[in-house]
Amino acid sequence: MSHEARVAALDRRTVLKASLLAGGGLALDALIPLPAKVLDTETASPVPAALSAFVSVAADGTVTIVSKNPEIGQGVKTSLSMMVADELDCDWSQVRIAQAEVDEKRYGEQSAGGSTATPKNWLPMRQTGAAARAMLVQAAALRWQVDARELTTAKGRIFHRATGRSLGYGEVASAAARLTPPDLSTVPLKEPAQFTIIGHPVVGIDSARILKGEPIFGVDTRLPGLLYAVYEVAPAHGGRLVKADIESAKLSLGVKHVVPIIGNGDANTGLADGVAIVASNWWLANQARSRLRVDWDVSAAKDHSSSVYRAKADAAIAAGAGTELRLDGDPAAKLASAPKRISARYDYPFIAHAPMEPQNCTARYRDGRLEVWAPSQLPQQGLATLHKTLGIAPDAVTLHLTRAGGGFGRRLMNDYMVQVAAIAKAVPGVPIQLVWSREDDIRRDYFRPGGWHRFEAGIGTNGELIAFTDHFVTFGDGKTPARAAGFNPAMPPAGLIQHLKYSQSMMPTVVTTGPLRAPGSNALCFASQGFLDEVAVAAGTDLPRLMLALLGEPREVPAPDDRPAFDTGRARGVIEKVMQTSSWTQKPAQPGRAKGFAFYFSHRGYFAEVVEAGVSGGEVTVHRVWVAADVGSQIVNPLGADNQVRGAVIDGLAQALTGQAIEFIDGVVQQSNFDDFPLARIPMTPEIEIAWVKSDKPPTGLGEPALPPVIPALTNAVFAATGTRIRSLPIRLAST
Amino acid sequence: MPYRLDINGTIRKVDVPPDMPLLWVLRDELGLVGTKFGCGKGLCGACTVHVNGAAQRSCQLTVGSIGYAKIHTIEHIGETALGARLQQAWLEIDVMQCGYCQAGQIMSACALLAQTAQPSTAQINSAMAGNLCRCGCYNRIRSAIRIAAGIEEETGRVA
Repeated sequence: MSHEARVAALDRRTVLKASLLAGGGLALDALIPLPAKVLDTETASPVPAALSAFVSVAADGTVTIVSKNPEIGQGVKTSLSMMVADELDCDWSQVRIAQAEVDEKRYGEQSAGGSTATPKNWLPMRQTGAAARAMLVQAAALRWQVDARELTTAKGRIFHRATGRSLGYGEVASAAARLTPPDLSTVPLKEPAQFTIIGHPVVGIDSARILKGEPIFGVDTRLPGLLYAVYEVAPAHGGRLVKADIESAKLSLGVKHVVPIIGNGDANTGLADGVAIVASNWWLANQARSRLRVDWDVSAAKDHSSSVYRAKADAAIAAGAGTELRLDGDPAAKLASAPKRISARYDYPFIAHAPMEPQNCTARYRDGRLEVWAPSQLPQQGLATLHKTLGIAPDAVTLHLTRAGGGFGRRLMNDYMVQVAAIAKAVPGVPIQLVWSREDDIRRDYFRPGGWHRFEAGIGTNGELIAFTDHFVTFGDGKTPARAAGFNPAMPPAGLIQHLKYSQSMMPTVVTTGPLRAPGSNALCFASQGFLDEVAVAAGTDLPRLMLALLGEPREVPAPDDRPAFDTGRARGVIEKVMQTSSWTQKPAQPGRAKGFAFYFSHRGYFAEVVEAGVSGGEVTVHRVWVAADVGSQIVNPLGADNQVRGAVIDGLAQALTGQAIEFIDGVVQQSNFDDFPLARIPMTPEIEIAWVKSDKPPTGLGEPALPPVIPALTNAVFAATGTRIRSLPIRLAST
Repeated sequence: MPYRLDINGTIRKVDVPPDMPLLWVLRDELGLVGTKFGCGKGLCGACTVHVNGAAQRSCQLTVGSIGYAKIHTIEHIGETALGARLQQAWLEIDVMQCGYCQAGQIMSACALLAQTAQPSTAQINSAMAGNLCRCGCYNRIRSAIRIAAGIEEETGRVA
């Protein structure tokens, strides 16, 4: 069954409720169950799959759309509302958008992760807008005593051409509220050619306010009597608080409270031990940290060092196979008999998310109730963690979502929310804003875990890939990988060749890990597309041609673990497109420059990318990047879509080029701020050219899938320019 | 220590230690939260303000060192012709993604155009290199500065 059909089949269970808006007007609330397949296996949903849309039309014609999901810079507050507004057929200038509070009963799932907002909402949001339009049209038909089919709409007005009459939506909104809502599965939707808002560039709904410096982010929350807090945790991951001497810190200027907090000893699932300092000004609270005298037990972190991890990975690879994750055919025999056999090791480091807005959260605990203002990607999970860790039941919590100054997966974790709640509970009645320093943010991230791969490939006499193996060394308890440290058994060339084996070994870690933009893919793509480039060179071809040969005829290759199937035709489409836009076969005229290619399929998006880079004196310069993308039939907001792709490209280049690597000595993070964990800066920004390849599939998300291919496209370009193969990130070339 | 600070054309009185950075005076004493905290070490530019018209990192500027200098923040920048032009250019191509760094970007861009009305790409890169954008909106930052400066794009406008 197709995606659209699955959604439609479930529509009968949709709860669509119309009511009269206070002050007159139509309020329409839709609670829509979602098919499990729409959910992303890469970011498992913590709450039942349901989706709610809320739209109202006031008597003055103002359309208010409630945005239920967190806005973290991915643009959903604007793009999901565009879907409703277009089918409602109103003018975008009539639209107001209100941020929903966190309320699972009312809004279903509220999350930002896995590039899922577009595929999950594409039909339901449009259907809700169309239902509201149908009710307004019906109300006008009743008033004019004509058949509703004789009426047309445009820009928030209803027209009866035969008699030249027209009225605004607001004039019939109250009457519409008394009608029975239509069946969502039968309400007619626009043809794409009829869209007046979807597919047109729309400026972000909050942009103008942000440019004036208005308070809109979590850290901008201001309440009467607000105090500011820092939370000092153990220097090493996994450390426990033994004894805290807080007397000197208490006497520090501006300090109001110093509160040692014993957590549950596991930052992964709740609350790390720490000492909170609460002051009248954040800087004063932070200054007082140096006056704390705390004994920490960091024994659990002994030998959790980057050098030890590397040695263990070497040993695991030397020891051989690991646990089998996927076995197709007989790769061992085929490798043994292959005319040509190559192997290589690849690795990549832990890296941090480092969103520009440091982790923060504001809370007030009063009379057994907690009120929270949070920039969170997964607020409903936060409620569950508050319950488990502090015993505060979800129905005793009011949780306001604020705009987040970047997410990248970091705010899928709610550790800062639990911390501020623990502090607020210890200082009842007082609103507390916890703000992490950048050093706190870098050291106590849920890092993209490092990983190691040993690949082997067998190549036939005609340059065909006969067999492929990957032994992956990662982190975990021996049975389950650490968070975001798992493998993807569908990773190409799986499903495209007959003889293939993927296996895995694990080592434990006390370091907290978690999903970073395009989790899994951001690392696996570098390693696998890098090695496949080596295969292509050994086979006497190049990577795009090798990939095209592997893809074969257009078909759907099923994937294990309920992952989305892989459409080889869509993959072919973007590869051929980027070969064309980048003039792939033409070598750059300038000496020292070359192009590199990579492809990946992640988060339902098909992306092929080419990087043109030059190397001089050990310095890599990226000159141009070409992206070809297939995310379905429709780009919802071209202005936002283009920005997501550019941002992902620059993010990936930064991971490879700026020296990003988090290292540990006995569980202590060695990096601390943007001087030793650098981000991309404007001078390194290349020209980026994006080509959208439209397919007839429903639109999918763009927060993530543009990132993975740019890294191997760059490292493959460096090889083409210099002959030096980059098998380890970040790129570090000798300066001569 | 009591201080009288000239902020956005108004004298504001605060009582804070002399080594408190201006950033925390603005945010936690005066409620001017448009100026953002990003790193605390002058590495990211999110806290950029104008001190007598020059772009400075307010996290590195102690209140005791300010004296009679005129401070301007993002909350005020739209009152100036150049600031309003930059805000308009930023909106025209919707530069931002998360938007957290954009106040600092605008303040740096404003100081650049006040000095150099028609900056080259190299001058833009140099003036804006201290302002991080984690979302990677750099192509559009360059374009918006060119739009505000009335410079024709070499390769067409972004998006």
